[in-house]
Amino acid sequence: MTDTLPRQDRALINSLQDDLPLEHRPFASIADQIGISEDRLLNRTAELYDAGILTRFGPFFDAEAMGGAFCLCALSAPPERFEAVAEIVNAYPEVAHNYERDHRLNMWFVLAAETERDIDHIAGLIEHETALPVLRFPKLQEFFIGFRVVA
Amino acid sequence: MMLDALDRKIIASLQEGLPLVKTPYEKVAQELELSEEALISRLSSMKARGIIRRIGAATNHYKLGITANGMTVWDVDDAALTHLGRKIGTLDFVSHCYERPRHLPDWPYNLFAMVHGTSREEVETKRAEIAQLLGEKFRQSDILYSTRILKKTGLRLRQKGS
Repeated sequence: MTDTLPRQDRALINSLQDDLPLEHRPFASIADQIGISEDRLLNRTAELYDAGILTRFGPFFDAEAMGGAFCLCALSAPPERFEAVAEIVNAYPEVAHNYERDHRLNMWFVLAAETERDIDHIAGLIEHETALPVLRFPKLQEFFIGFRVVA
Repeated sequence: MMLDALDRKIIASLQEGLPLVKTPYEKVAQELELSEEALISRLSSMKARGIIRRIGAATNHYKLGITANGMTVWDVDDAALTHLGRKIGTLDFVSHCYERPRHLPDWPYNLFAMVHGTSREEVETKRAEIAQLLGEKFRQSDILYSTRILKKTGLRLRQKGS
């Protein structure tokens, strides 16, 4: 729980989630803001990383900027066939992730391919192989500002 | 979004992250045989072009006690959607917020917002906050909790010419 984290760690984790300045010594200004030395900031950040609290530090790239097309898809797998359907879906390398959810539409996965046409093609193949309709939920508008875990 | 050779080189070298040293850009620039100024100016252009969203830390939600997440979905008045979607996107407990197509009659929802919290109760409280914010502009909503990860692979940069 976050209650067990020292206040200084929480301040550090919160500021490390902000945008790092593009300057020669970018950590120095963060260290200043939270009132610790630059050395202390780097050491403590490395420790939080080792402890698995921080998983990565660096640029967040827009997945679409990496090239390719993406689409959230969902299907409703009959409970008795759920595992078999999951196996069919997961076998496609274009399926980036797949979650079971507690809803009539109980399988939600993301297709990642080179083009929109490839997405349609793969979704069609999955429909054919599972004999289930695959609902497609492409992103129409993004209202994402930036998620921060408040530690 | 068009990427040139330098963009790709930078993305490939920073996929695992920035080194935790006092002068991280200088260190990366040396590895890429660029000047620090050239790297910084290119990173700044990649931000302006939306290729880089921000430079910062990713946390393990679970280690910070954020163990519950629910995909909230809303049937929002089309005319009010953009305005309200932007408001919801700024909430600090919402990680992803998108307009997606309805599939009538089964799926009347056109706004998706992923909500995170320390428990399902907290997620429900936050869902109620969104409902209040949407006011009379939504007709119905639902929440889908993930019960199992069936597959998870990282997204990787396609290496051109390989």
